[in-house]
Amino acid sequence: MNIEQKRKIESLVALTLSGLAAAIGLFWLVYILGDVLIHGLGALHISLFFNDPAAAGVEGGGLRNAFVGQLMITLVATLIGVPVGVLGGTFLAEYARGKAIARTISIISDIMVSVPSIVIGAFVYAILVRPLHHFSGWAGAFALSIIMIPVVLRTTENMLSLVPWTLREAAFALGAPYYKVIIQIVYRGAATGILTGILLSIARVAGETAPLLFTSFNNNFFSTDMNRPIASLTVTIFQYAMGPYKSWHSQAWGAALVITLFILLLTIAGRLILKWRYKQ
Amino acid sequence: MAIAPKKNIPELLFYSLTAVASFTVIIFIIGIIAVLLKESSLAIGKFGVVGFLTSTAWNPVTGMFGAATTIYGTFLTTGLALLFAIPTAIGIAIFVTEIAPNYLKAPIGIAIELLAAIPSIIYGMWGLFTLAPIMSKYIEPALQNSIGKLPLVGILFEGTPMGIDLLTASVILAIMIIPFTASIARDSFNLTPSVVKESAYAIGATKWEVVKNVVLPYSKLGVFGGVALSLGRALGETMAVAFVLGNSHKIATSLFDAASTITVSLANEFTEADSDIYLSSLYYLALVLFVMSFIILAIAKFFLLKAEKKYSR
Repeated sequence: MNIEQKRKIESLVALTLSGLAAAIGLFWLVYILGDVLIHGLGALHISLFFNDPAAAGVEGGGLRNAFVGQLMITLVATLIGVPVGVLGGTFLAEYARGKAIARTISIISDIMVSVPSIVIGAFVYAILVRPLHHFSGWAGAFALSIIMIPVVLRTTENMLSLVPWTLREAAFALGAPYYKVIIQIVYRGAATGILTGILLSIARVAGETAPLLFTSFNNNFFSTDMNRPIASLTVTIFQYAMGPYKSWHSQAWGAALVITLFILLLTIAGRLILKWRYKQ
Repeated sequence: MAIAPKKNIPELLFYSLTAVASFTVIIFIIGIIAVLLKESSLAIGKFGVVGFLTSTAWNPVTGMFGAATTIYGTFLTTGLALLFAIPTAIGIAIFVTEIAPNYLKAPIGIAIELLAAIPSIIYGMWGLFTLAPIMSKYIEPALQNSIGKLPLVGILFEGTPMGIDLLTASVILAIMIIPFTASIARDSFNLTPSVVKESAYAIGATKWEVVKNVVLPYSKLGVFGGVALSLGRALGETMAVAFVLGNSHKIATSLFDAASTITVSLANEFTEADSDIYLSSLYYLALVLFVMSFIILAIAKFFLLKAEKKYSR
């Protein structure tokens, strides 16, 4: 066998291996999604959305409390996280553009995005749960907003940087103060990008479980009182899946399917908007 | 380029508002460090730093706590997961950037990104209900009967395969970080200028030689950064492993033993800690985890920034 053939065979082997790796990787992932779909569809009944949980071990009941709780926690987290994130990103991209402080905050935000979320739960427990002596929906929402802020902040910063500087100069030339230029010109130019960032950040926090374990905790009863422990889909999935009852397991699959679909839809919507806006 | 705020009230107001908003990030990071230090001070005082990190004790009854078992579990699951995930992820990235026909590139790329968005609790639950039974019924006995028979490495495969163990947790963690690692590796590979690749092809290099000698060296920094980022993710991951690790505070010698990681201990014991020293020790664990992941993420960021500089030249 000459060197030519050896090189060709080596190439073939290596490429086959990487193709195989791709197949293995995708196999597991398709397997997981398929499993969630199959088990989840079997558990999707109207009662899952409109009934409250039955007594432990009793068949039937639903997860109305968890759906409502999840929506409230996510909504409040968004209401805190989005304004703070967008304004913070504005400071970095506009007033502090190019300055050391902007770079520092950007880097810290990037690290914050990946900080273990359970540590954030422990942090919020120390400042909002223990001093008040009870778990609360507010604490859960606050924990999620801490995760959300750096995500929104970084996307906003990037999207504002994409707006051409000349656009701002044109507005300055008309005598507009900077804040008016930002609000009326720059935000308008970057609106779709920022919106995408917001959608993706909601998708990011909606599936978080760890920071909710010791902040919003869980509640087996229907409650809309954010001052008290409140149920969430993710913590309920954890509790139900680890529990001993078949009906719990099936409802956990149902909840898993709903939350997966919700997150995938948000992610796809975000990507489509980006693609449509910045055709590339 | 930035323009100093003029002295009019709305301008100043908007300036301060945005400044305060951006400083929340710094406040949070300092706040987290301060709170973790304050809450763990009781345990730091009692067990010290080296004493806590090297002690295998974890006994709520006697009030003796150490981090060695959970740190061991954290490193073992993360290390194994990376061992499984990195070759697979790089394989996927090579396949997507160099081998796949054009009509497959976009769909696989999108699939990978969507899969990276699936929350970790889904992976964990799937691991408990689907993977763990498969592991205990088929894969683990098979491993035991083949590699487990060998001397020396055999000890890694001892015990009854229950499926709730280090190996299953590592596999789930690996599956979870594959899409994340693959998408960063793909982005790095894509930055290789096609002119450089084409020159290699022109002198008769095979596809693998181009990948090995041109693409990989060129995108080294980005891939390192991506791997470090995945390591940071895996270290701090809670829900994907919480279902299948068993939360047992022992130094496991077999991959078929239950174990615990820092995150799993926190998730399972935090709300049950009934004494001050117990809770304080858990905060100490959280502090150790925070410091470890902060360092690793900072390293990742350093590599990625360096890569960015290199490519933008």
